[in-house]
This record gives sequence, C-alpha cells and structure tokens, in this order.
Amino acid sequence: MAVKKFAIACYDDEAPLFDAVHKVRHSGYKLHDVYTPFPVHGLDQAMGLKETDLHVAGFIFGITGTSTALGFMSWIFTSDWPINYGGKPFFSLPAMIPITFELTVMFAAVGMVLTYCYLNQIMPGVKKHVFHPRQSDDLFVVVIEVTEGTDEAELMNFLNSTNPVETNVQIAEEGWWYGRFDKEEEYQKQLA
Amino acid sequence: MTDRFEVPSGLKKTGLVLSLIGIITLIAGAVCFLGKHEEAGLVRFWMGLMQNGIFFLFMAISSIFIQAAAGLAQGGWIVAYKRVPEAIGANVWVFGLLVLIILFSMIFGLGDHNPIYHWVNPHGDKVLEGKSTFLNKGMFIGFSVAAVGLWSFFGRKFRSMSIAQESTPKNSTKLYWKTVSLAGAFMVVYGLTMMSTTPWMWIMSIDAHWYSTLFSWHVFAGAFVSGMALILLWTVYLKNQGNLVLVNKEHIHDLGKFMFAFSIFWTYTWFAQYMLIWYGNIPEETTYYNKRQNGPYSFLFYLNIVVNFVGPILILMSRPSKRNYFTVVFMAMIIIFGQWLNLYLLTYPGPSGHNWNISWYEMGIFAGFAGVMILTVSKTLTKSDLIPHNHIFLKESVVHLS
Repeated sequence: MAVKKFAIACYDDEAPLFDAVHKVRHSGYKLHDVYTPFPVHGLDQAMGLKETDLHVAGFIFGITGTSTALGFMSWIFTSDWPINYGGKPFFSLPAMIPITFELTVMFAAVGMVLTYCYLNQIMPGVKKHVFHPRQSDDLFVVVIEVTEGTDEAELMNFLNSTNPVETNVQIAEEGWWYGRFDKEEEYQKQLA
Repeated sequence: MTDRFEVPSGLKKTGLVLSLIGIITLIAGAVCFLGKHEEAGLVRFWMGLMQNGIFFLFMAISSIFIQAAAGLAQGGWIVAYKRVPEAIGANVWVFGLLVLIILFSMIFGLGDHNPIYHWVNPHGDKVLEGKSTFLNKGMFIGFSVAAVGLWSFFGRKFRSMSIAQESTPKNSTKLYWKTVSLAGAFMVVYGLTMMSTTPWMWIMSIDAHWYSTLFSWHVFAGAFVSGMALILLWTVYLKNQGNLVLVNKEHIHDLGKFMFAFSIFWTYTWFAQYMLIWYGNIPEETTYYNKRQNGPYSFLFYLNIVVNFVGPILILMSRPSKRNYFTVVFMAMIIIFGQWLNLYLLTYPGPSGHNWNISWYEMGIFAGFAGVMILTVSKTLTKSDLIPHNHIFLKESVVHLS
C-alpha cells in the first residue's frame, strides 16, 4: 500500500479531455490515469499507452490447452486404457479433434480472463480509490500524481487553464486493497 | 479530390496474354483430348473448364455477398474500397454466362452415358431414379439459369445504385435505404442458391450417389475466403498504382481478418463433414472420402488442409502480419491456390478416378479465366471515380480503426 498525493481535473466532454491529456503529456507532469464513463476511441494512443500483450498470453494458454488435450487423450487411448471402439485404431486423431478444440478454447478463455483481471487489478473484493463519484457517470477525470518535484500551485494553475469543470487535490491509495471501502477512510483520518 | 483509374498498358497486356493462353489451351485441349474419343480425355477436357469456371464464378459472387453483408450491417469500413467489390460483382454475368455454356454443353453434349453427371440418364440405377425429382435436366437448367440471372442482376444493380448515389444531393439517405433493402433481398437469393441448391446441383451431383447436407456451406466458405483474397489483391494493386488514397492499413487489416477467420470456418465445415462420415463408417458415405484420402489423391488431400488451414492460421494470426502488405498479398495468393485445389478435390476424383492431372491444361484454363477477370474488372473500374464521395459512411470509413 502506497499512499500518494494526486491532483484531479474533471471535464464534461471528450474534446477538452483530449486537449488536456495532450497538454499534460507535453508539459511533463506525471499522468497517473484517466477515468471515463465509456471507452473513448484514441485515448490510449493519446495517453501513450502500450499495445496490450493479452493476446500473446491467449496464444500461450491456447497452445497449452491443445497439447494438454492431445497429450492426455493419446496417453489414455494408446497406453493407459486402450479400448476398441467400433474397430477404429487406438490412436484416432479425428475423434480427438473436437475435445482438443474445446480445451484450447477453454484454456485460452479462462486464462485470458484471469490475466485480464491480473493486469487491470480487478477481482471480486478488490477495491480501488474512487477519485470522483461521477467518473463512471458523466465526467472525464484526469488524474496527475503530485510527486516530490512537482510544484503544486503551478500544477493547479496549469490544470485550471485547461477548462475543467472541477479540480482538486486528494491523498489516496495508489494501488488496490482487499476488503471494504471504509478501510481507506481510516487511512485518510490518520493522515489528517 | 477525384480518383480515376486508368488501365496501365502492362495490366492490359497481362490480361490479354493470359486470355490468349486460355484460348490456346482450350483449342489444344480440344485437339488432344476430344480427338481420340476416349472417355478419360473427354472428362479431363470438360472438368478443367468446369472446375475453373465455377471457381472464378463463386469467387466473384462473394464480392456481391460482402457488399450485401456490409450493407445490411450498415458497415462503414468497406466504403473506402467499395468500388473494388462492386466492379467484381458487376462482372459476375461474364463468368455466369461462361459457366452456363460449359454446364449445358456437359449436360446435353456428352451423349447417353454421361461420364460426369451420371444422373442425366440413370439407366435403371435405383438411387439416381429416386433422386430424379430434383436431379433432372429441367431442374438443373431452371435452377442454374435462375441463379446466374439473379446474381448477375444483383451484381449490376448494387453497382449502378452506388454510382447513382453520387448524383444525389449531399447526405441524402433515400438511395442508401433502398440499397439496404436490396441487400436483404439478395441474402434470400444467396441463401437459396449459393448456400444450398447451386453447389448441390453443380458439384455434389458429380458424385451422384453420395450426399452431404453441409456440402454447400463448405463450398460457400471456400468461395468466401477466395473472394476476400481477390478483393485484397485488387485493392493492394490499385493502391500500388497510386489510386485508392483513402485506403490504409486499417482496411487491409479488415480484409486480412476476413481471410483468417473464414479459413478457420472453412476448416470447421470441412472437418464437420469429414468427421461424421469417418465416425459413422457407412460404406455408401465413406466411398467419397476413400477415393480422396487413399490412393492417387492422398497427397493433394493432405496438402489441401495444410494450405487452407495450417498456413493461414499460423501466418495470419498475429496482428502485425495482417497489417503488412507483403504477408497479406502472399497469403491471398496462397489462399486462392488452396481454394482452387479444394474445388479440384471436390470435382475431379469422381469422374477422373486414377487418371488425374494438374498440368498445362488445368493451369492454362485457369490463366484464361484469370485473364478474363483482369480485363473485365479493370475495365469496369475505369468507368467511375474510385472514391464514393457521396456515400453517407465515407467519413466513417476514413476514420475507421481496425
């Protein structure tokens, strides 16, 4: 758990949001994250985020499923418990294909869901600080980390010059915690 | 901004040379194979024409299908290169006419004992007599003429409506909605022809005793993959000529995704058909695969899977390879070859048996049809502006991210 200081600026439309994100990246402030009520096309490029590697994980999980299914079935049907099914050879590849396919899909799907949850730090019970209650409703929230080298007054001036509807400074947990939201309130009380 | 395409002399020359090769091959084939009055030669002569003709016709109809599918789904992504499928679709009648001539000659010109379509005269064969309500000359002619006529009509109609949109007032949606309802009508036609009756009539009836309800789906899947490959080849060619300025990697990526996904769909239908027959192991069904998997076609049988499934799935799986002009063009050629091979395996083994060939005759006829394709499509492309300026989804296509 790392508690840090953040400055947020809220916008009510995509256009000022993109302007602000461009300016923040240009001015060198440390962009923590941007919260939007819906997926905004092009925002990840504007924020300079890397293309996800989730599909590589998916490929690896899929291959694992393929080899698990093929390997396990060939072992069972040829050496562990060979049974004569309608005179077919013990190693009958066509019969194994449907199950191989299903297992490939299942490994890839389950593995990718878990990887996705891990990468985004979301799970049932995992809580994160909410910077603004309207960030999932109708406001676009840009969050900037106030580091030791950041001049806070200058930062607020800068943010106010980007036409936000609201700005403020918050002390908050940077990552996630397990449990309830009021755990964080205790923190903030201690800090105050 | 206008974007007119003028046929470069090189392309025109290539088209003419290829057509000429086709005609010479046809004459040489007629002399070599028809002169001796042997059944094997006769079969080879007609099968070469039929397989290549049907291959190019089905590949061209896929262009009408993708327009109709994108039209019904109100997809804007296709608009940047819409003129390419339109031009291919508008020339379906050329291939349709050629295929009709070939098929009708095969039905009427091969005498009493038809070596290819046994059902033309069952000669007391109980199975074929039982099927004769559907498989007879009248039905064959009726279905074929109706199918080719409707495809040709829709292919030309989609293009003429798209060009008429250019002279309507800006943002007028009247013609657009008309296109959407026309697309719906085409889907019904397509479902009743290409996705069911036509492949039964034309291809499955070669092995007249055998049947599979999945067959037409399988043929459709193959035709769709090769159709996407053809659109991609034309699009990249025009792009290399400095035309189609609005087309970028996002659109190429879309076509690459179609080739990738429908190659897998093709394999799915192939395997679904194969596995049930393998599992059931009923002699009257397994003869079909026995002929292909064991014996002289064995190598082509496995090559078919490698070219049409293993190649596309491994090479086109990653995002960068679908966005690279070289890999997609290379894979498009591979897929066109693979689907041609697939159609070869669907048609040839029945009548040819052990006397099979892929040599100068088959390739020459292929070249001839390719030449016709190049000449007709490039001529149609020159007739209008390559950018559909007035299409209501043009902007959507320009800002499209794949």
